[in-house]
Amino acid sequence: MSSVDLTQFHKTFFEESLEGLDAMEAALLALDSGSTDGELVHTIFRAAHSIKGGAATFGFTDVAAFTHVAESLLEEVRSERRGIDAELIDLLLRSVDCLRGMLARSRAGQPVADAESEALRGELVRLVSGEAAVAVAVAAAPKAVVAGWNIDFSALPHLLHTGNEPLRLFRELQQLGRLEVLRAFLVDGAPAQLADFDPTTCHLGWQLRLHGDVARADVDAVFDWLDGDCVLAIKPFDAAPAASEAAAPAPAAVAASAAPPAKMAVRETATASSEGSSIRVGIDKVDALINMMGELVITQSMLSDIGEKFDMSQLERLREGLVQLERNTRELQESVMRIRMLSIASVFNRFPRLVRDLERKLGKQVRLELHGENTELDKTVLEKIGDPLVHLVRNAIDHGLESPEKRKAAGKSETGTLKLNAYHEGGNIVVQISDDGAGLNHAAIVAKAQQRGLVAEGQELSDAEVAELIFQPGFSTAAQATDLSGRGVGMDVVRRNVRDLGGTVGVRSVTGQGSTFTIALPLTLAIIDGLVTAVGEERYIVPLISIVESLRLKADTVRKIAGGGEVFLFRDEYLPMMRLYKAFGCADAVSDIESGIVVVVEEDGRRVGLLVDDLLGQQQAVVKSLEAHYQRVQGISGATILSDGSVALIVDVSGVVRLGQSQGQRRKAA
Amino acid sequence: MAKILAVDDSASMRGMVAFTLRGAGHEVAEAENGQLALDVARGSSFDLVLADVNMPVMDGIAMVRELRAMDAYKGVPILMLTTESHTEKKMEGKAAGATGWLVKPFDPEQLLATVKRVLG
Repeated sequence: MSSVDLTQFHKTFFEESLEGLDAMEAALLALDSGSTDGELVHTIFRAAHSIKGGAATFGFTDVAAFTHVAESLLEEVRSERRGIDAELIDLLLRSVDCLRGMLARSRAGQPVADAESEALRGELVRLVSGEAAVAVAVAAAPKAVVAGWNIDFSALPHLLHTGNEPLRLFRELQQLGRLEVLRAFLVDGAPAQLADFDPTTCHLGWQLRLHGDVARADVDAVFDWLDGDCVLAIKPFDAAPAASEAAAPAPAAVAASAAPPAKMAVRETATASSEGSSIRVGIDKVDALINMMGELVITQSMLSDIGEKFDMSQLERLREGLVQLERNTRELQESVMRIRMLSIASVFNRFPRLVRDLERKLGKQVRLELHGENTELDKTVLEKIGDPLVHLVRNAIDHGLESPEKRKAAGKSETGTLKLNAYHEGGNIVVQISDDGAGLNHAAIVAKAQQRGLVAEGQELSDAEVAELIFQPGFSTAAQATDLSGRGVGMDVVRRNVRDLGGTVGVRSVTGQGSTFTIALPLTLAIIDGLVTAVGEERYIVPLISIVESLRLKADTVRKIAGGGEVFLFRDEYLPMMRLYKAFGCADAVSDIESGIVVVVEEDGRRVGLLVDDLLGQQQAVVKSLEAHYQRVQGISGATILSDGSVALIVDVSGVVRLGQSQGQRRKAA
Repeated sequence: MAKILAVDDSASMRGMVAFTLRGAGHEVAEAENGQLALDVARGSSFDLVLADVNMPVMDGIAMVRELRAMDAYKGVPILMLTTESHTEKKMEGKAAGATGWLVKPFDPEQLLATVKRVLG
């Protein structure tokens, strides 16, 4: 029906709506913590209002209906007809959550309203006073047959200043029926002399007659913008049934509003959920990029200039040019990488809400401090770090911080402090979660570990070793979470998630004073620090982060085990050994243990030795996806191009460890 | 065809309005709040201004008041894009000097019809 395809604006609508909900949530939380900033209520209202307007325009009727009620409620708050209390904030926060879900379902093309959203909407409706009046549609007006209308219309002097033009009105009236001007006159107060007339002031009035069976609402609609700008009297001119005036429908503005929403509702299901991931980039970053590009072009033209008429006297200029090229390239690389960088604030901003909810649920008092929200992280890292952080924050409040009574008894402030801090350190981003709670409960952790067979009875453990225990797979599962007063709920999962991002996580704890979890993450996933190894003619890159040690073995430390596998002794422990040339099928590789080198790698606490010919050095590798260009290969996470232009494959350590284990198991079974 | 200034803080609404009007051959400038709209309006001239009411920094009503105080915009039609539940806002807009309004939600046809109504 429409000539304009509105689906192209849906993506923008979803993005701005989700941003609006974030702003709404933040403002609600600020109100909850006692802020009296009047602007907060306006922010909340505006967010709901915009979402409603957009949702109705783009045909997301369920979202529009929901926000309509929320907006009515907020309007009461805004106009100070309703006070704001914790209960109302609670309800509105739940509405925010609900709307997030509704938007997600709209986006996916799924049914939008569900039992939960309907229940919540019902709750909102019950709260809003006078809701019934708003929702009632305008009833169809009884249609009286008329011969036409007498219209007395006198402009008020400021009419033209509102951008309204009597001529336009006459034109519109003419479209309804035949228009007869009975009389035009000067309104009282008009200047007596022509010279005194101000062309922007209107002093005219008209007696008009509109012929034809025209609905009163249509006539009203022509004048609907002129309320307060003119004196208007509209009467049926055959004056037959006197009732018609009284039965005239409500002003046109109301009638017009009742119809539209349903029109576009159908299109909703047709919108495919084909959303490409997009990124918002600050204009300064784009400018920096363009700037850099400009410098690169200058260097390029300088070099080609030298190349065209090169003789040895220009060698120095050529060298300079190449140095400049190198600098340009490096800066360009940095700028491009920076485009993928987003501030961690988007993740941190979830926590005020989470902390508030947990505070209530667990009966604790928590003061949340956020530092370094503007620290930037690669978009992919950012998207994946949220869950581990939530897990750590939850643990800190659940297990770390004590109840107000316990804190008081321990001579601490009743309100615990939870601190989140993000900062750059070297090539890493560090995120710390610290609490001033009880610290790790060593006795409970050791007892648990013994019970689970992770530690032998009577074994002496250092503080660091005890802390390390909570990251062990199988140390605890969700089922044991409640009967353990220490930490350890799924911490192995946290560590695995962080490892998947190429990062590390550790904990420092002081009994009675609290714990600090430190996550170190690479700036980006697109570049890794790797060790270049030679295997026959091939080059393999092993991520530095996974390497425990590289060593040359004596043949007598290697044992063959049943099934053809090999193990070797490493720090009093037998580790499986993988000959990389065998695993990847490389020719002409070193097969003699004593002439090759074993790289010990670790993943999830499991270690494996990789036999390679030689170590060639460290290199930063730009990761290229193998799947995108070829196909997925077990034990390989990607490829990169070395400085001599050859291709090297990047070893996927977790894959290789799994490969080694499955071979081991097969052999054991055989 | 006419030169139109579209003011709305919602990028999707603004995009929809601008796209529709451009499709009908109009020249459209965009601004995302009243303050920015005033800057744009000062540097150029327009035959019509379409403005959302609720916007951060400067709302549509304050913007109308400011525009009407400028000689170049005394008689230029200004339409408020508003929602049905805010009759008092319409009146506030009128009092500030708005020409009329277009009730949200509207579809591209309604938008074009209203613009045609104003511009003739």
